[in-house]
Amino acid sequence: MRSPAAVAERVSPVRVFGALLLRDLRVAQRELPYFLIRTTLQPLLFIVVFGSVLPRMGFVQRGYNAALLPGILAISLAFASVQSVALPMVADFGWTKEIEDRLLAPVPIRVVALEKVASGVIQGLIAALFVLPIARLIMGPIAALTVSHGGELVAVTLLGAAAFSVLGLLLGTAINPQQIGLMFSIIVAPMIFFGCAYYPWAGLDAMPLLKYAVLINPLVYVSEGMRAVLTPGLPHMHLGVVSLALAAITAAGWVAGAATFERRAVS
Amino acid sequence: MKDVGREVVDPAIRTEGLRKVYPLPAGARDPAAGTGAAQGAKGERGAGRAEAPGIVALDGLDLEIRAGEFFGLLGPNGAGKTTTIGILTTRVRPTAGRAFVAGADVVREEAAVKRRIGVVPQRPNPDRGLTVLENLVFHAAYFGIRRQVAAVRARELLEVLGLAERARAKVDELSGGQQQRLMIARALIHEPQVLFLDEPTVGLDPQARLALWEILRRLHAEGRTIVMTTHYMEEADRLCERVAIIDRGRLLALDRPEALKRQAPGGTLIEFTFDGEAVPLGEVARRLPGVTRVEANRHALRVFAVRAGEVIPPMVREAEQGGRMIVDIHLTPPSLETLFVSLTGRKLE
Repeated sequence: MRSPAAVAERVSPVRVFGALLLRDLRVAQRELPYFLIRTTLQPLLFIVVFGSVLPRMGFVQRGYNAALLPGILAISLAFASVQSVALPMVADFGWTKEIEDRLLAPVPIRVVALEKVASGVIQGLIAALFVLPIARLIMGPIAALTVSHGGELVAVTLLGAAAFSVLGLLLGTAINPQQIGLMFSIIVAPMIFFGCAYYPWAGLDAMPLLKYAVLINPLVYVSEGMRAVLTPGLPHMHLGVVSLALAAITAAGWVAGAATFERRAVS
Repeated sequence: MKDVGREVVDPAIRTEGLRKVYPLPAGARDPAAGTGAAQGAKGERGAGRAEAPGIVALDGLDLEIRAGEFFGLLGPNGAGKTTTIGILTTRVRPTAGRAFVAGADVVREEAAVKRRIGVVPQRPNPDRGLTVLENLVFHAAYFGIRRQVAAVRARELLEVLGLAERARAKVDELSGGQQQRLMIARALIHEPQVLFLDEPTVGLDPQARLALWEILRRLHAEGRTIVMTTHYMEEADRLCERVAIIDRGRLLALDRPEALKRQAPGGTLIEFTFDGEAVPLGEVARRLPGVTRVEANRHALRVFAVRAGEVIPPMVREAEQGGRMIVDIHLTPPSLETLFVSLTGRKLE
C-alpha cells in the first residue's frame, strides 16, 4: 500500500460526472436485455394487438397506426427514462445504500443527481431507438411517417427524455420504498392512458373537459411532440408549445428533484 | 498528554461545538428503528433543518485529531459515533458547530473534504452492479484517477487484502469479511490522507478481525490518519493512540488508552445481580475495606474494589443473612470498560 498523497489534486467536476456516467452505462450494458424487456415489452405488445391484430380483423382502421406509432415511441422513451432513474434510486436510498460510494465522489451532491438524469436520458433514447424499427416492422408501412425532420426529432426526444428523467429523480427520492408498486398503479397507469399516446390530442375535441384536463400530464407533450416531428401531416400540438412545456417540466422537476435528492443523500 | 516523536502539524480533524439534532421520525416511517438504540445511530435518515425538537445525537463535541494519529471513538450504540463520522465525511449536516478535515470545512468545502478522505462504512455497501475489480477502478475514476493507474493500484490492494483471486467475481459472491476488505480497498484506492472506519469489525469472525487489525496497523505505520469508531474496548485499547469516550453525544474522556485506564476507579469491577433490591447491600459494600466506589441500581450492584477476594465472601454472607440470593457475579479487571461503566453508569455492549 502506498503513502497518502501529499496534496490531493483538484479534480474537474466534468471529469467526475463522466466517470459516474460511465459507471451507469457499464451497469446498463450488463442489464440491457432485462432493461429492454422491462421498458419496451408492454408498448410492443400493444403495437402487436392494436397496430396489427385489430386492423387485420377490421376493428381498427389502418390509419390508426399513424397516430399510434408516435405515442408508443413516447411511452417507451418516457418510461425507460423515468424507470432507469427512479427504480435504482428507491433501492439505493431505501436499503442497499449502494450509491454511497458515488456520494463520496469529490463533487457537490447535485453533480451526482445531474448525472443520474443524464443516464436516464441515454437509457430513454436506447429504448426509443429499439422500439422504432420493431414497431415499424410489426405495423407495416405508414404513409404519413417521415424522419426527415431529424433535428426536431432529436430535440423532442432529448427534451422528453430529460423531462421524464427529472420526474424519475423526483419520484425515486420522494416516494417511500414501500409505495413504489402503488406509484406505478396510481401515477404511471393513468399517465399512459391519458397521455395522448393512443390517440391524438386533437381527437379529444369532442370532450373539452378531458382535453384540457390531460394537459397536466407530461406524457401528452412527448406524444404530441413525436407526432409533430414523425407525422407532421396529421393533427398535432404546435411544436413550440410542446418544447416550451417540456422545458418547463424539466426545469421544475430538476429544482424539486435535486432538492429531494439532496435531502435523502445528506441527513 | 504530551505527544513525543511527531512534528507539530495542522490537525487532521478539528470540531468545534459540533451539534446534531435529527428531526423526530414522522409517524412510523422507519419501523426498523429500535426504541433506545435509535438515538443518533441512524445517521442516514431524516433531513436536518432548523433546530426543531428532535433526537439529539451530538451535543457540543470538541475534538482535535492530529495528522498521522490512530484515533478511536468509543461509545455504546446511540452515543453519536456514527453521526460524528457522518459529519466528518460530509454525509450528515451539523445542526450547529463546525468541523474541518485536513483544513477544509465539511459544509462549505464538501468536495475538498471528500477528496482527502476514505470511508469504510458500518455495513458494506459495495456497488453490486459491478465486479470486485470494477468497484475499485470506478471508485478511483470518481477521483479523477486514470483507468490504467487505477487498475494497477486496485490489483495491489486486492493482493494485500487477500482478494486477488476474487477480482473478477461479482460482489454478491463474496463473504461478509471479504466485502468488508473490499470496502477497505475502496476507501484506499484514491490514497486518502484520512481514513474513517465505522465499526469495521462488527460481524467479523475473530480471525478476520485480527487480520483487519493487522491491516490497520500497517496503514497507520504508513503515516495515514485513521479515525475508527468501535464499541469494543479491546479494539480501542490495542489499536488506538488516543481514545475519545463519548456517550449521548458528549465527550466524556479523551486520552491515551493507558492514561484512561489509570483514570478508572481503583481496581476491579465486581457486578452482583441479586434476586431483589440491591440498595441495602450497597450500604454494606461501602463499609468493606478496599472498596472505592459503589453503585446500586434495582437488582444490580456495581462495586469497584482493590481486591475482589476481600469483597465477595462478606457480600455473599450479608446477602444470605438479609434473605437475598446472588443470581450472578461478574468480574472485570481494570480496563477501558471499567472506566466506561464508571463514567456513564452503563455498559458498552
